[in-house]
Amino acid sequence: MTTIRSTAAEMAAALAAGTTTSVELTNAHYAQIEKVDGAVHAFLHLDKEGALAQAEAVDAKRKSGTEMPPLAGVPLALKDLLTQKGVPTTCGSRMLEGWRPPYDSTVVSKLKAAGIVILGKTNMDEFAMGSSTENSAYGPTHNPWDLARIPGGSGGGSAAALAAFEAPLAIGSDTGGSIRQPAAVTGTVGVKPTYGGVSRYGLIAFSSSLDQAGPCARTVLDAALLHEVIAGHDERDSTSINAPVPQVVKAAKKLDVKGMKIGVVKELQGEGFQSGVLSRFHESLDALVSAGAELVEVSCPNFDYALAAYYLIAPSECSSNLARFDSMRYGIRVGDNGERSAEEVMKLTRHEGFGPEVKRRIILGTYALSSGYYDAYYGSAQKVRTLIMRDFNAAFAKVDVLVSPTAPTTAFKIGEQVDDPLAMYLNDIATIPVNLAGIGGMSVPCGLAAEDGLPVGFQIMSPAMRDDLMYQVGGTLEAALLSKWGAPILDKAPVLVGN
Amino acid sequence: MALNYDQAVAKYEPTLGLEVHVELNTKSKMFCSCATEFGGAPNTQTCPVCLGMPGALPVVNGRAIESSILIGLALNCSVAPFSRFARKNYFYPDMPKNFQTSQYDEPICVNGYLDIEIETDEGLKAFRVEIERVHMEEDTGKSLHVGGATGRIHGADYSLLDYNRAGIPLVEIVTKIVGGTGKYAPQVARAYVTELRDILRSLGVSDVKMEQGSMRCDVNLSLAPMGSGALGTRSETKNVNSLRSVERAVIGEVIRQSNRLESGERIVQETRHFLEESGQTRPGRSKEQAEDYRYFPEPDLVPVVPDSAWIEELRSTLPEKPSTRRARLQADWSVPDKEMTSLVNAGLLDVVEETIALGAEPTRARSWWLGEVSRLANEREVDPTTLITSAQVAEVIALIESGDLTDKLARQVVEGVIAGEGNPSAVIAQRGLKVVSDDGALMTAIEAAIASQPETAERIRGGNIPAAGALIGAVMKATGGQADAAKVRELLLKHLGQ
Repeated sequence: MTTIRSTAAEMAAALAAGTTTSVELTNAHYAQIEKVDGAVHAFLHLDKEGALAQAEAVDAKRKSGTEMPPLAGVPLALKDLLTQKGVPTTCGSRMLEGWRPPYDSTVVSKLKAAGIVILGKTNMDEFAMGSSTENSAYGPTHNPWDLARIPGGSGGGSAAALAAFEAPLAIGSDTGGSIRQPAAVTGTVGVKPTYGGVSRYGLIAFSSSLDQAGPCARTVLDAALLHEVIAGHDERDSTSINAPVPQVVKAAKKLDVKGMKIGVVKELQGEGFQSGVLSRFHESLDALVSAGAELVEVSCPNFDYALAAYYLIAPSECSSNLARFDSMRYGIRVGDNGERSAEEVMKLTRHEGFGPEVKRRIILGTYALSSGYYDAYYGSAQKVRTLIMRDFNAAFAKVDVLVSPTAPTTAFKIGEQVDDPLAMYLNDIATIPVNLAGIGGMSVPCGLAAEDGLPVGFQIMSPAMRDDLMYQVGGTLEAALLSKWGAPILDKAPVLVGN
Repeated sequence: MALNYDQAVAKYEPTLGLEVHVELNTKSKMFCSCATEFGGAPNTQTCPVCLGMPGALPVVNGRAIESSILIGLALNCSVAPFSRFARKNYFYPDMPKNFQTSQYDEPICVNGYLDIEIETDEGLKAFRVEIERVHMEEDTGKSLHVGGATGRIHGADYSLLDYNRAGIPLVEIVTKIVGGTGKYAPQVARAYVTELRDILRSLGVSDVKMEQGSMRCDVNLSLAPMGSGALGTRSETKNVNSLRSVERAVIGEVIRQSNRLESGERIVQETRHFLEESGQTRPGRSKEQAEDYRYFPEPDLVPVVPDSAWIEELRSTLPEKPSTRRARLQADWSVPDKEMTSLVNAGLLDVVEETIALGAEPTRARSWWLGEVSRLANEREVDPTTLITSAQVAEVIALIESGDLTDKLARQVVEGVIAGEGNPSAVIAQRGLKVVSDDGALMTAIEAAIASQPETAERIRGGNIPAAGALIGAVMKATGGQADAAKVRELLLKHLGQ
């Protein structure tokens, strides 16, 4: 029997077999949202009317005998930074309160065409800047494993929705780890595809050269199924890669890593990494060895500079990307009393519309790009980026994929790092190199840390446009761990009860 | 005593720099598929991309790249094997993204030149203007500031924004420093912009209409004491919207700057606005506290890497050079050098060619445009081509050739056309300007003249032909100048038995 705890693949099979309908599934998820989202706060907006209309249309079409795409009728939660025509899209910011985009992002167009039912928009750190979802202007999302803890960020809403069984699939975006780190701390799967693999058209930019939308799910296969829906060349995005989509579904089903060389990144373990995180990571390495993989230790010396380079490049680009929020054409407008000049209204709007982390990064980026500092900051950061790419290239000459823990720690308590931005930034130390190099990265649950009983993520990194390799390794690891545990990791999460 | 232009250029050496912005005539915008037609209802030619909606991304218009390469090739530039767009960051309500996507330190074409000719006291002189760069960018929207005294954003009651122009492809053509012009700086500037306009028109890449803003010129000018070899501080004059204004802006700035220098003041590096009415400039924003545009490579676009085979293919499609065309037309029309240069520098070559193509005799076509029409345009301080069309001039010339108009009447017709009284035929009808060629009407006037001067008539009958002049004059006077004098003479002599 299909329940909200089923995988997306199981739901899709039940829909195809006619044992459930999309309307039934959609209503079941809305019932769960109704029950638990008061405590979790994964969603910022629910589009019940649109979702049920899509579900009904898919059911009717299926009933008429039309052959349907694999995930048709399966519900999904959408991160609130992808535009969906007519549906509020805020990026977790007051700035865009009440804005309804006049167009669909390419990802949303593809989801709609695939018959996927978009339940609503999920919470996030404002403009995707953060690692805890505490920077949302609409209040934090709570980790279903422990409601006093963060669900990661920026895509904490999408990850929490999966872990709380409010949706079987979700879309996230990953600029420095915003898909993978939330996946790690919620015991779910999150994938950042190769840069250019999924169109950025309609993805509200934080840092254009790093942003990448990707699939979030509870299993590797579900992520792969969703990956194949949203990936592919898009002529509306100049940076989109014009090449066939890697066969990730096939790879996720292989469950075999015999003969594969897996590189363990020396620099992404040790100091700063929680002991329970490291022990689960090493157990997973053992599981892969048992499955026939060969481990190779790899050094990527320039990863030490990745965080510094990232915090120059991303703020620089964001200072420019977020300039458009000036109250002239959309979003909120503050202080327009008929007396003030346009410039004053812009200032007041930006003062009130942006939260402190966004302002911090705009100021950082404005400084880094300013005349006289450009070479020392933005210019040097781009050089570091090149060096990190070289580290990856050298490593991939020797191994098929690279692995590391996804995040240095398990979920921390809400409020714990709010006043310490540098500590917060360290959450992404292992995920950022992937974005800087534009390659693929995935986080797969690899158990619970002994000291706190919270989920740990295992990161797999694959060369550009070889996303299939990380799915192959991820799928194999997931199967090995499942047979060891006897049940999916989320079965160990506390059952949320409604109020 | 304030210096006049001649005194100014006797003491100071001007140095020019010209930046010309050209709107390409591509069907769609630089980074989206919106239409580019001029004059649409406000904000009807917009989409998420050119409105800078959150999430929207640019895609480069391939035709715009092609046009830019053609321009570079026609200006003898090298085409960069790798060029990029950058973001120029600044806040302004008519900038949808609050950054302009523009090429910056990696333009598509560099290092070219354009040869021009100017008239000097010693005859025609060739002059080479070196081109620094040709780069692509997008236009901004248009603001209309309502209320307030100045029409500027400060002090306005409210502002209206039209984003139809936002994202229209622009090409900017920047010269290197143009020195050594001496007192001919205004002529060099005008000849350069004229030649550039002709090249762009021949390429078919732009409408190059300065009045509509599809071609705009910024004039950089500095002065240094004669013989010092130094470079002075420059001003940048914007809003120079006609060929004539280019020349006037240079003169205006030479006079203004020289008089500041004379009185011991320094020149402020600033943007100035050209005032069409007075030929002077007023200060715009000062560049001394230069805005920091925080340029960086546009991460939403990939580099422009044109294939060398494609560049060569484009080179092979370049049309006849305007200089070659001029030589051809000069030979066809048998025009002396000096007059040809006048035609070119007055920007009249195209209209004269059109007028001739419409059947007018070449000498008449030239002399009408360069003479009467230009004279009237000068009086009104406008471009001759804005006053009257080639078809109207051709019609007037045809009427002269058929004997329906005398030169004197034709001038009145041209005046009427310019005054907005309609086409030549309408002006002739309204003003009743037809040549009196009706023999009956003329005979009546002739008989009246004979009756009033019987003694003169007798002398003519007696063989004194030259005496006919007085009677012809009387007939012409009586017909208000509308009679054909030759015809009057013929009829008069015949009537008096000569």
